[in-house]
Amino acid sequence: MRQAERGIVLYLHMHQPWRVRQYSVFDTATAHNYFSDSSHPGQDNKAIFDKVAHKSYRPMNALLEKLLETHDDFKISLSITGTFLDQAEAWAPDIIATLQKLVATGRVEIIAETYHHSLAFFFDRDEFNCQVEMHQARIQKLFGVETKVFRNTELSYNDELARWADEKGFDGILAEGWDPILKWRSPNYVYRPTATTRIKLLLKNYRLSDDLAFRFSNQAWSEWPLTHDRYTQWTNDAINDSPLINLFMDYETFGEHQWAETGIFDFFEKFVENWLSTPTNTFYTASEAIATHQPVGEISMPATVTWADSERDLTAWLGNDMQKEAMRHVYALGSDVLATHDPKLIEDWRRLQTSDNPYYMCTKWFKDGDVHAYFSPYSSPYDAFIYYMNAVRDMRWRLDTHSSKESNA
Amino acid sequence: MLGWELPPHNSGGLGIACYHMSKAMAVQGATIDFVVPYSASHPNTNHMTVHAATPQKPQPYGSFGAYNAGKQVATKELHNDLPDTTIRGVQARYVKFVEGLTSRHTHDVIHAHDWLTMEAGVRAKELTGAPLVLHVHSTEYDRAGAKNGNPLVHEIELTSLMMADKIIAVSEATKRIIIEKYHIPANKIDVVYNGFDATHLEAVESRDESTYRYLQHLRNNGHTIVGTLTRFTVQKGLSLFLQAAARASQKHNKFVFLLAGDGEQRDELISLAAHYGIADKVFFTGFVRGKQWRDAYDVLDVFVMSSVSEPFGLTALEAAHYNCALVLTHQSGVSEVVRNTLKYDFWDTERLADQLVNLAQNQSLLPTLIQNSHKEYASISWHDVARKCIKIFSAPQLKSPVTSEATL
Repeated sequence: MRQAERGIVLYLHMHQPWRVRQYSVFDTATAHNYFSDSSHPGQDNKAIFDKVAHKSYRPMNALLEKLLETHDDFKISLSITGTFLDQAEAWAPDIIATLQKLVATGRVEIIAETYHHSLAFFFDRDEFNCQVEMHQARIQKLFGVETKVFRNTELSYNDELARWADEKGFDGILAEGWDPILKWRSPNYVYRPTATTRIKLLLKNYRLSDDLAFRFSNQAWSEWPLTHDRYTQWTNDAINDSPLINLFMDYETFGEHQWAETGIFDFFEKFVENWLSTPTNTFYTASEAIATHQPVGEISMPATVTWADSERDLTAWLGNDMQKEAMRHVYALGSDVLATHDPKLIEDWRRLQTSDNPYYMCTKWFKDGDVHAYFSPYSSPYDAFIYYMNAVRDMRWRLDTHSSKESNA
Repeated sequence: MLGWELPPHNSGGLGIACYHMSKAMAVQGATIDFVVPYSASHPNTNHMTVHAATPQKPQPYGSFGAYNAGKQVATKELHNDLPDTTIRGVQARYVKFVEGLTSRHTHDVIHAHDWLTMEAGVRAKELTGAPLVLHVHSTEYDRAGAKNGNPLVHEIELTSLMMADKIIAVSEATKRIIIEKYHIPANKIDVVYNGFDATHLEAVESRDESTYRYLQHLRNNGHTIVGTLTRFTVQKGLSLFLQAAARASQKHNKFVFLLAGDGEQRDELISLAAHYGIADKVFFTGFVRGKQWRDAYDVLDVFVMSSVSEPFGLTALEAAHYNCALVLTHQSGVSEVVRNTLKYDFWDTERLADQLVNLAQNQSLLPTLIQNSHKEYASISWHDVARKCIKIFSAPQLKSPVTSEATL
């Protein structure tokens, strides 16, 4: 039996939001179906899900299954949002079935997060707790496993979140390995978050992660086309004598952000084989990585760090006035919405919290704008804001009429 | 008459004014050739001969940019090899057509409306010697939001205003601009206020409260609905309106602001509403027509005309027709005509905020204003406008004697 010292933590994030349709002022107080409308192709959630299922979820699940069969040392960690699971259950239950098969191998770990992929941590701590617990319950029910490691929406992280996760009993937490925070330190080790006693921190190696997630098919990139040999070489060089390489990215990198035509699936299959051909190389799940390796130091991130854009902060979601207003108004509804005990109303409110909504209102057009534009179903961030606010006001109308119904009764 | 648009192919007030004015003049015996720059049918226009200067179809939401075309003007000279997709190209063909028309028919007066047709008017005067009356509904100074605007358009206006035998301004405010910004002697300019005809508007009784159901709901719960129907351009002063809206909302929390329309400032206004923290109170409808247009007036309690410079402002009279209280800037011509309104200077956001809060909180102010302005607008008639115009055409100082009332 060989001694495996160095491992890749491959963590993939699966998510689909409930996009708000072109919901106008004339719909407010009239129609309450904010989220789906096949008459508006850009915002038809089912059509988008079907497309991504075809391009990414099904072929990548099949590849992961094959890799797990072929290589005993291949392991991955997945975070799967509740909104994804709801859509998959409704429109593609076969995807849930294959995910269950993957998890049943014991070599696929599920990571905890908010059910609705929300920014609730920054606005409403009770609601945040509630969404994390909802997600845990759903994962337990579907996959029969308990989550041990936490990631917050968009890998947003700060010291306060780490303390929360520590107290909540999580063993590990994920964050971006961002240079201005790390300075001379390497992301390829386990760390301990400041002012925590037990929990361990895994940091994304963003260079090697983004080589796949963002640059793989970019023909203007000096390294294009990237071969699996070269990427294996980079990974081996980067890990050197450190214990970990944390490759964190969207699951949809495979087949959706990078289409099959770019060769991403073949590339990945060969890379896994190549990597494991060195006897001291392996893969870890997130929990294994933190169980195997001790923290080498303490990391503090007083300000929030995320995995998005060149700023690595929350400005992609909360950078402009429209985004701040939208979130302020949606979270202000919280206590009234919950007081109704109306499951439909509460679910609609939570779907509006999904961070993709303010992301579509982002006006940072420069370096990162092309990414934002690619992921937005709207013709402009202003349209996104208008439709969203019309829906928020419809929520208010439903609350008004709900309470008058109750007082009449 | 040289015009640029007629209903149903109009994008704003110019087409409506030309339609009613020509109709009232025809009733009083004038024979009118009316030139438009596009080919289309005008089903309700049989009081005059409409001539199409080009075979082009009218553009959606407006006939070749009657209101913002000045932004695209880059050439001074008109010649036929300018592409007919540009405003100058269309104008070149329009002038050419008018040259042909005046050689086939004789006209006693050339009555041209706004800068788009002024060059054709000057050319017709050169060719026929008939007196030129320029009817000014708006100047480049207005359209640019009380700034000089496009210098070429300004120059075209200036030259033509100098060449004109008589100028009709739609308000004292416009007359003042023609004197101050174009240096035309005051005695060459007569003010004739626009008329108003509610017959083309749908009856108030036909309103549908479900179009803006949520706004009606808020209204029933004690909110005051303040808003406007307009193009979102700098001329309309909407950024300052939003600033006042935010100020008013600090004093009174049951306001709703409805901005119906569209235009180049839309995105800026959306951001601004968020910036002022009133995004949830501000409703953007997009471009509205038909029922959504009419019911927007209906849902409003208060109609605000926040224009920085508005020669007349027909929408204020439409709003009065639909029982809105009017708040108008002193810089709008219509404020000279309707007295039962609240008025403010466009920059005075504190004043506007104060007026809005008073309208919302004072039980009697709003209904009093609505009743009284309703009475006033009802007495405004296009027949008076036609009478005044014909009187101007017949005046001895216009150099050619008017034999019959044939106007171009």
